[in-house]
Amino acid sequence: MIMELKVAEKSGAEILVQTLLDLGVDTVFGYPGGAVLPIYDALYDHPKIKHILVRHEQAATHAAEGYARSTGKPGVVLVTSGPGATNAVTGITDALMDSIPMVVITGQVATNLIGSDAFQEADTVGITRHCTKHNYLVKQPSDLAGVLTEAFHIATQGRPGPVVVDIPKNVQVAEAEFRSHNGKINPRYQPQIDGDFKAINEAAEMIMQAKAPILYTGGGIINSGPNASETLCQLAELTGAPVTSTLMGLGAFPASSEQWLGMLGMHGTFEANMAMNRADLVVCLGARFDDRITGRIDAFSPNSKKIHVDIDRSSVNKTIRVDLPVIGDVGRVMEQLLAVLKGRKFNAPDYEEWWARIKGWRATNCLAYPESKTEIMPQEAIRKLWEATHERSPIITTEVGQHQMWAAQHFDFEKPNKWLTSGGLGTMGYGLPAAIGAQLGDPDALVIDIAGEASIQMNIQELGTASQYRLPVKIFILNNEYMGMVRQWQELTYESRYSNSYSDSLPDFIKLAESYGWTGILIEDPSDLETGIKKMIETDGPVLVDCRVAKLANCFPMIPSGAAHTDMLLTPEDVKGTMDDNAKALV
Amino acid sequence: MHIKEEKVERHVLAVLVDNEAGILARIAGMFTARGYNIESLTVADISADHAISRITIATNGPPHVIEQIIAQLDRLVPVHSVRDLTEAGPHVQRELALVKVSGKGENRIEAMRLADVYRARVVDATTESFVFEITGAPDKIQTFVGLMREVGLVEVGRTGVVAIGRGPDVA
Repeated sequence: MIMELKVAEKSGAEILVQTLLDLGVDTVFGYPGGAVLPIYDALYDHPKIKHILVRHEQAATHAAEGYARSTGKPGVVLVTSGPGATNAVTGITDALMDSIPMVVITGQVATNLIGSDAFQEADTVGITRHCTKHNYLVKQPSDLAGVLTEAFHIATQGRPGPVVVDIPKNVQVAEAEFRSHNGKINPRYQPQIDGDFKAINEAAEMIMQAKAPILYTGGGIINSGPNASETLCQLAELTGAPVTSTLMGLGAFPASSEQWLGMLGMHGTFEANMAMNRADLVVCLGARFDDRITGRIDAFSPNSKKIHVDIDRSSVNKTIRVDLPVIGDVGRVMEQLLAVLKGRKFNAPDYEEWWARIKGWRATNCLAYPESKTEIMPQEAIRKLWEATHERSPIITTEVGQHQMWAAQHFDFEKPNKWLTSGGLGTMGYGLPAAIGAQLGDPDALVIDIAGEASIQMNIQELGTASQYRLPVKIFILNNEYMGMVRQWQELTYESRYSNSYSDSLPDFIKLAESYGWTGILIEDPSDLETGIKKMIETDGPVLVDCRVAKLANCFPMIPSGAAHTDMLLTPEDVKGTMDDNAKALV
Repeated sequence: MHIKEEKVERHVLAVLVDNEAGILARIAGMFTARGYNIESLTVADISADHAISRITIATNGPPHVIEQIIAQLDRLVPVHSVRDLTEAGPHVQRELALVKVSGKGENRIEAMRLADVYRARVVDATTESFVFEITGAPDKIQTFVGLMREVGLVEVGRTGVVAIGRGPDVA
């Protein structure tokens, strides 16, 4: 008698959990609900997957982003149908804009109910079509393992991004034969990793002929992995070129290097922006010429040849025309470039004149700020925070606004994966959940969310998540009682008509923290700044610092909307207070 | 302040995609989401195993936008290839239209005469109406429909353009 080998049947929910385990997932951020109950029941039997119960689904997505950005592994989110999925949309969009690998599993009503306006039904695949890299509605449990494996592949390969897998409840309950798909090669999505050899040679040629080159780096280098940061350092050393970076790329190149110019763009340094403007060769490495970077397009680096290395072909020539695109993984392309340059015995000229000009721009000391004996200057607070913590190589997350830009300007990073911020989407409420995700990824790290008093309230409920999982996250609020960046723009563009930008009816943050089991520290006086920060670091467990800073301080330098790199406002005296309609219309 | 318009050119793209649920929504949605134009869009599965569909999109925009449209299409996971037939060189464009005219007397005779000139076939006839089937490049259809308007056009249905490159090479 011939026995037919039968593969055991499992429920969709079990197939899902087993596949997550096969793919090496150990942490899931989520929130239960009706349409994911079968999955939660399956998780009950698998303690190897640590489920972090957040307080709001948006926070699950940001926590997954924080986890992904600090560890390099994809973040995984599990939420229910309807409101669970729609609450996750902001974080999904954030991950798309900042190229964060993330897989979001959403529950859906049973397949026979789809389209009937059933309880907690939303067209999740329709809603998330444009804020995901790809998404799926799984209609058969037998498809689940394959779809999930492909979802992780797509989320992590090429330009990373969020992938949504929508699973109807009856598909979670129904059974199918389970075969692991792990390790199978996906022929459908294979992004180009190596740069075209001819293009690499051409790039090397352009670098060898440059008199005033600059390396303009971005988040792509962080996404490419820690090796890419090392390769960047070698490339910088070999070429002797100055290095600047976007907000997302901070940490890929050590801020302590002589070749580091600081961040470029709207709130970048004078020297970085001037160098971009005057360069004869811009080598863009894993960045995308975002409008915060370029300022006025027709005045952006007008006299340079441009090389653009990007894994996403659609980033090339999107806003800025470049002379030489190189499609591929930026880490790999830099390795190839290094090999060619070394092979040609390239010896970097000392670019004496170029560095002399840069030295002149640096002398502007553009990050200087007015000092005060009576008020804490927010820039000073960031600098003191850096002084007190940088030896521990902390992970810094931020919310969005002035505090974020001050942190980018005044907190120096030496290593990648230490700076987590919402760059593309600019999502207030990102920092606290991202810090929670980062702390889970590295339990021993010092994780600090630099926040504003307005932003922190957008996901303040996550204080409870940190308490529940004993996460020693620190929150450092620069409290100026304003949505500072909105107020600053109103001062610059609308003659200081502060429409709805005052943070009224603020909570007592110290009491609020304490009610969640956190330690609260109030810093009001400049003389208490250092001791307050020290106390924050030395206190075990989660700590919230309410640091009262100068209320009307503005973030400088700044390129106003529609202006060129050469038209930076360096100090408050440069501000006119009005703007024409064309400039007002720009974001 | 006024919003400026840029000069646009028309391009025909051939897009090969996985024949799966939602692919048309993905493509059409990408066009709306990014503010691109669709002049016409046709889709049908073309492979023996029904796994691959060919979508022909006629679009317009300034050259840098056309370049972005191609890159953005190429980025969608179920998209296998995108070919700009306008850029690639000589190609054939065809469209089919069904054109209904109604009327009696001189108009009816004139409609028949014009249909003959334009090689349109009569696929339905009553004593007071014709339905013509006409195939050709979009401008030919355009002209024919324009002429029919003057002799009693009541309804028209067009397929949108399909296109293929000339010569032995495959897109």
